Amino acid sequence: MSEQKSRGLSRRSFIKGAAATAGAAIGSGTVTGFPTIWAQASKDIVITHVGSIYTTNPVVAEQANKDLGFTIQMQTLDNTTLINRLLTQPETVDVADFGNTSMGYFKNKGILMAIPVAEYRYWDQTVPLFTQGTYPDGKPYSMQGYAPIKSQFWTDETAQEYSLTPTDWLVGIPVMYNADTLGVRPDLVPHEVTSWADLMRSEFAGKVALQDGVSVGVPDAAVALEAAGLMEYVDKGNMTREEIDRTIELLIELKRSNHFRSFWTNFDQSVQLMASGEVVLQSMFAPAVTEVRTRGIPCQYLPLKEGSRGWYIFQSAMAHLDGGDKLRRDCVMEYMNWCNSGFNGVYFSRQGFYSSVPDIIKPLMTENDYGYWYEGKPATADIIDPFGKVMEKAGAVRDGGSLWERMGNVGIWNTLMDEDRYLVRRWQDFMAA
Amino acid sequence: MMSPRVASWLQATPFAMIMTGLVLVPLGIIVAVSFMDYGFAEIIPEFYLGNWIDVFRSQLTLDTYATVLRQAFIVWGVTLLLGFTIAYYLIYHVRSNFWRAIFLAACAIPFWTSGPIRMISWVPLLGREGLVNQALLGLGLIDAPIPWLLYSEFSVIVVYINMLTMAMVGPIANSMAKISPSVVQAARDQGASEWQVITEIIIPLVKPGIAVGTIFIVTAVMGDGFLVRAMSGNQVNTPAVAIMNEINAFQYPPAAAKSVLLLVVVMAFVGVLLRLVDIRKELAR
Repeated sequence: MSEQKSRGLSRRSFIKGAAATAGAAIGSGTVTGFPTIWAQASKDIVITHVGSIYTTNPVVAEQANKDLGFTIQMQTLDNTTLINRLLTQPETVDVADFGNTSMGYFKNKGILMAIPVAEYRYWDQTVPLFTQGTYPDGKPYSMQGYAPIKSQFWTDETAQEYSLTPTDWLVGIPVMYNADTLGVRPDLVPHEVTSWADLMRSEFAGKVALQDGVSVGVPDAAVALEAAGLMEYVDKGNMTREEIDRTIELLIELKRSNHFRSFWTNFDQSVQLMASGEVVLQSMFAPAVTEVRTRGIPCQYLPLKEGSRGWYIFQSAMAHLDGGDKLRRDCVMEYMNWCNSGFNGVYFSRQGFYSSVPDIIKPLMTENDYGYWYEGKPATADIIDPFGKVMEKAGAVRDGGSLWERMGNVGIWNTLMDEDRYLVRRWQDFMAA
Repeated sequence: MMSPRVASWLQATPFAMIMTGLVLVPLGIIVAVSFMDYGFAEIIPEFYLGNWIDVFRSQLTLDTYATVLRQAFIVWGVTLLLGFTIAYYLIYHVRSNFWRAIFLAACAIPFWTSGPIRMISWVPLLGREGLVNQALLGLGLIDAPIPWLLYSEFSVIVVYINMLTMAMVGPIANSMAKISPSVVQAARDQGASEWQVITEIIIPLVKPGIAVGTIFIVTAVMGDGFLVRAMSGNQVNTPAVAIMNEINAFQYPPAAAKSVLLLVVVMAFVGVLLRLVDIRKELAR
């Protein structure tokens, strides 16, 4: 009962805080920056935003529609459908979200708009992962896989090729990012897991799983194979044909000795594998670990020696907007700016994702929430997710610590390799073996 | 008054248009795409034979077809046995129409939930920590859990049988119900045993039903990729799974080539079956 009460209170104060800030921002006129006449003209505009289950949700859509003078229509699609839609019917979409694993598809296609840096309000406050290609302390990060800086900038306005050095044209506005690692059942694993190599140890034969696929599962396997001393790569995130062949051969050998329990395709499957004890060690996404834990089953998500697998999600506008109605394009830019202006970032931060503009959302979060999610501090009260469910009890500390302790040691980024065609073909051989 | 010739052309037109627009034209496009090259999520419209060379020369094609044919054969055999037995019981042993209807409805109860849920519900049953393993451990029949009950070809086949048995029961029961009771009665009067009645009268007369059921089962197994992926933990590859893998990677030309081959194989199978058994006889009555 007391739990109920504290939950209600914290939600209410959160909503109040967010509303007050939004109100203040609108009142001061700094956020919209457009005269009232503009708001009149834009009220019939409907913006179509397609994204994943993590980036599109009714709560955020409702708030956006409240704050902005036009309508946002969100659609949640699985990644394959989303990319297909962007490639084949880009004119049916205004704003879209996608991550590292899709970045290879947009080069030389002309479907995405080159977003002028000057039109994005929070670029100065964006973490240097995206703006500079470094950690905040200036140290460079791993360039294996699709590192953020590899796909952050267009070389020019034509939006055809990515630039490795900053330009005035953004491929997308960074929304969220995180670092994935191995999920572990500490009650079923006899020792502490400190290296990806454990994924390949015969001690865990039949009790490990990987994500199914060439953008996440294969890089994870490669990290583990390298950590176990079975393979050496120049770039695990962009393998050569020889490296792919060797990797697939090793994986086939392991598969034949029944090393892998399963390869999961979606969130639910990864949760089920872990919660049921079918596997004790597997590559996992952060929300799945949380889901296992909210069921009362211990599940660890610890940093490993070889580093984590980083990922990010960009939000981008479609190229057709540049050639169309100017007002519509302005609304899209306004909406994309809104998405990083606070409410949305607070919402997904409380699910465990990191905002690209932590300084913007810090004052909007409760001290307890920000301390737990971003600063690695012990929770001073129960941690409640945006749906009202208790995620952690008071006193809990986030696995891996603060934002930069967790994010500061990326070994590889989610990827789409240049040899994707060859890799998919060899992955088929692996599945058939 | 229009001539009968014109009338029949007119009658055939709507269906011909649907077949052309929704089947033949897309199929033509798929065939054309299978002869093209591809890049990152793009089809390169140049003549390219690589997809077909890979289909006809690779071990992958042999492996995936060997797997799916093995699965189809086992599933067909088991569903046939189960389907025939269930249908026979329903038609010849359940005397009251009321109870027959109840039993048939009971067979359909699992279908009240969706396919994916029926699929997933096998996981807590067959898993290493699942009910079957716990029961066997409890009875002292095994010392350690059997891992191959789940995420294996075994679990794929079990779930196919679970999902598809009704597709065999239906057509066979339908055929059986059409056998005149007087034929069976006459055989009994001549002193035929139940076994003789089954083998010499019922089986020959329900062949069309078996053929229809066989088509349902084989096309379902050959064409499915979702169930195989979920129940094998993505560790079994079949032609349909291979196509799905390529579509998910936006590699349409090789997926098109594999699709055309799968279509030809399935159609050839159905064609041969239709030559062996006269299904029209079944549909006409």
